[in-house]
Amino acid sequence: MLDFLKPPIQTFQDFFLLAGRALRTLPRRPHYGDDISLQMDMIGVGSVPIVLLVGFFSGAVMALQMSRALAQYGATGQVGQIVAITLVRELGPVLTSLLVAGRVGSGIASELGSMKVTEQIDAMRALGTDPVQKLVKPRLTATAFTLPLLTIIADFVGMVGGYLMAVPVLSLTTGAQYWNNAYRSLEYNDITQGLLKPFLFAIIIALVGCYYGLRTTGGTQGVGRATTQAVVVASIWIFVTNLMVTRIFVNL
Amino acid sequence: MAEGRDNTVLRFENVSVAFDDVLALDKVSFVLERGESRVVLGTAGSGKTTLLKTAVGLIRPDSGRVELLGHDISKMEESELYDLRSRVGILFQEVGLFDSLTVEENVAYPLRNQHTRQAVNSDLREQVVEALRFVELEHTLDKFPSELSGGMRRRVGIARAVVTAPDVVLYDSPTAGLDPITAYTIMGLLIKERDIRNAATVMVTHRYQDGQLLANFRYNPQAGEIEPASRNGSRADLRTKFMVLQEGRLVFEGVQEELEASTDPYVSKFVRR
Ligand SMILES: Nc1ncnc2c1ncn2[C@@H]1O[C@H](COP(=O)(O)OP(=O)(O)O)[C@@H](O)[C@H]1O
Ligand SMILES: [Mg+2]
Repeated sequence: MLDFLKPPIQTFQDFFLLAGRALRTLPRRPHYGDDISLQMDMIGVGSVPIVLLVGFFSGAVMALQMSRALAQYGATGQVGQIVAITLVRELGPVLTSLLVAGRVGSGIASELGSMKVTEQIDAMRALGTDPVQKLVKPRLTATAFTLPLLTIIADFVGMVGGYLMAVPVLSLTTGAQYWNNAYRSLEYNDITQGLLKPFLFAIIIALVGCYYGLRTTGGTQGVGRATTQAVVVASIWIFVTNLMVTRIFVNL
Repeated sequence: MAEGRDNTVLRFENVSVAFDDVLALDKVSFVLERGESRVVLGTAGSGKTTLLKTAVGLIRPDSGRVELLGHDISKMEESELYDLRSRVGILFQEVGLFDSLTVEENVAYPLRNQHTRQAVNSDLREQVVEALRFVELEHTLDKFPSELSGGMRRRVGIARAVVTAPDVVLYDSPTAGLDPITAYTIMGLLIKERDIRNAATVMVTHRYQDGQLLANFRYNPQAGEIEPASRNGSRADLRTKFMVLQEGRLVFEGVQEELEASTDPYVSKFVRR
C-alpha cells in the first residue's frame, strides 16, 4: 500500500550511506591533495565573478527596496544595518549557495555521471581506487572550504552595492554612518549563522552532486537527468536547511 | 600463482543479481578453470556485463556465491577486494579509460596503484611501453583518450588490462561497434594475449564469429599472427567453452559442436548468423 514511499526512502538511505562513507574517508589516506586544490580552483576561484555580480546587485536592490520603507519611519539612517543583517544572515549564504548549486553541483553531477556511464568509475574500482576517496572527498572538502569564503565575498560586495545605492545615488545617509551602522549591527550570532549556513549548504551541494552523478544510468540522457536532479534536489535542501538553521538561531 | 584449492579461477554458484524489478542474473552457476577460455553469448540486456562485473565484485550478488581465485568474494569488503582484483584484467564495454589522463598514464595506472605490484618507477615506463607495443600503439603515449578512434581506445584498454600480467582477463564486448577489420585486429590481440601468457580468458560478445575465432585460432609467435589452430595439429590444447545467457539465465554451456547442434531456438540463433 505504501509502495509509493519506497523509492524516496531508498534514495534517502542510499544518500546517507554515501554521506557516511564520504565522512569516514576524510581522515583516511590517500588524501589526493592535487585533486583538492584543482577542485578548489574550479569551484572557488571559478565562482568568484558570478558571486561578485550577484552580491553587488542584491545589496543594491535591498538598499533601494528599503529606502521607501525606512523613509516612512524617518529611519533612513538605518539602511546600513538592514542591508548588513539581511545579507549576512540570509541573502549572502542562500543566494551564493543557490548559484554554486547551479554552477558547481551540476558540474559535479555531470562530470561524475559521464565517468559512470563510460565505466570509468568501474575501472577505478577495478584498478584499486576508491571513487569516494578519489572523487567525492576532494569535491566535498573543496566545496565546504570555499563556499563560506565565497559567501564572505558576496556579503562584502553586497554591502558595497548597498552603500553605492544608499549614499551616492539616493543620499539616504552619509558614508560614515552607513558603514558604522552596518558594522555595529552585526553580532557574533549573525556571523556564526552566516558562516555555518554556507558550510552546511556546501556539504549538501557536493554530496547531492556526487550522489546523483555516481548513480547515473542510461547513457548521455542519464547524465542530463542526473545534472538536473542534482541542482533541483540540492536547492530544495538548501531552503529546508536554511529554515531549520534560522529557526535555531532565532531562538538563541 | 597457485593459491586456490584447485585449478579453479572463477566459480559461480546459483548467483542472482536483481536491479529494481529486473533479474539481470538468475541462478547462474559455472566454473572456469585455469588456462580455459570462455565465450559468453547473449543479446543486449541478457546480463553479460552484469556477469563480468559480478565476477570481480563490482556488483554484489543478491544471492548465491562467487569465488574468484580461490576466495569467496560474495561477502568481502571493497578494500579486501582490491588485492584480488589486481590479479584480474578487465576490458570494459565502454572501455573506461580515464579521460583526464594520457594514454601512458592510463596504462601505468594499475602498475602505480595496485598495492601488490610495487614496480620501480624506471621500469614502470618500460612496462607501459611494452604493453602499448603489444597493441601496436606505442606512438600514442602522450595522447588523450578523446584523441583516439574507438578501435584505438579499445586497444589501449586491452593494454591497461594486461599490463599487470593478470591470471584472468575479462573482456566485455571487445568488438562491439567496430568495423569488421578492426574487430578482427582486436580479436587477434585477445588470442595473442591468451596464448602468450596462457591466462584464463572470459569474453562476452553478441557476435558468434568472435567466439569462433577465440575457439579455433591460435597465435603463431614465429609468424606473429593468428592462424587456425588445426593447421599445426590438434585443437586439444584449446579449451574453449561457450555459454549462452537469456534474460539472466544460463541456457547453454558447452563446446562449439554442442552449441552448433543445439535445437533451442534462442541458442541456435547465434550460430546461424
Ligand atoms: N545499474 C543498473 N541499474 C538498473 N538496471 C540495470 C543496471 N545494469 C544493468 N541493468 C539491467 O540488467 C539487465 C542486464 O544488463 P547487462 O548486464 O548490462 O546486459 P548486457 O551486457 O548483456 O547487454 C538489463 O535489463 C539492464 O537494463
Ligand atoms: Mg553489456
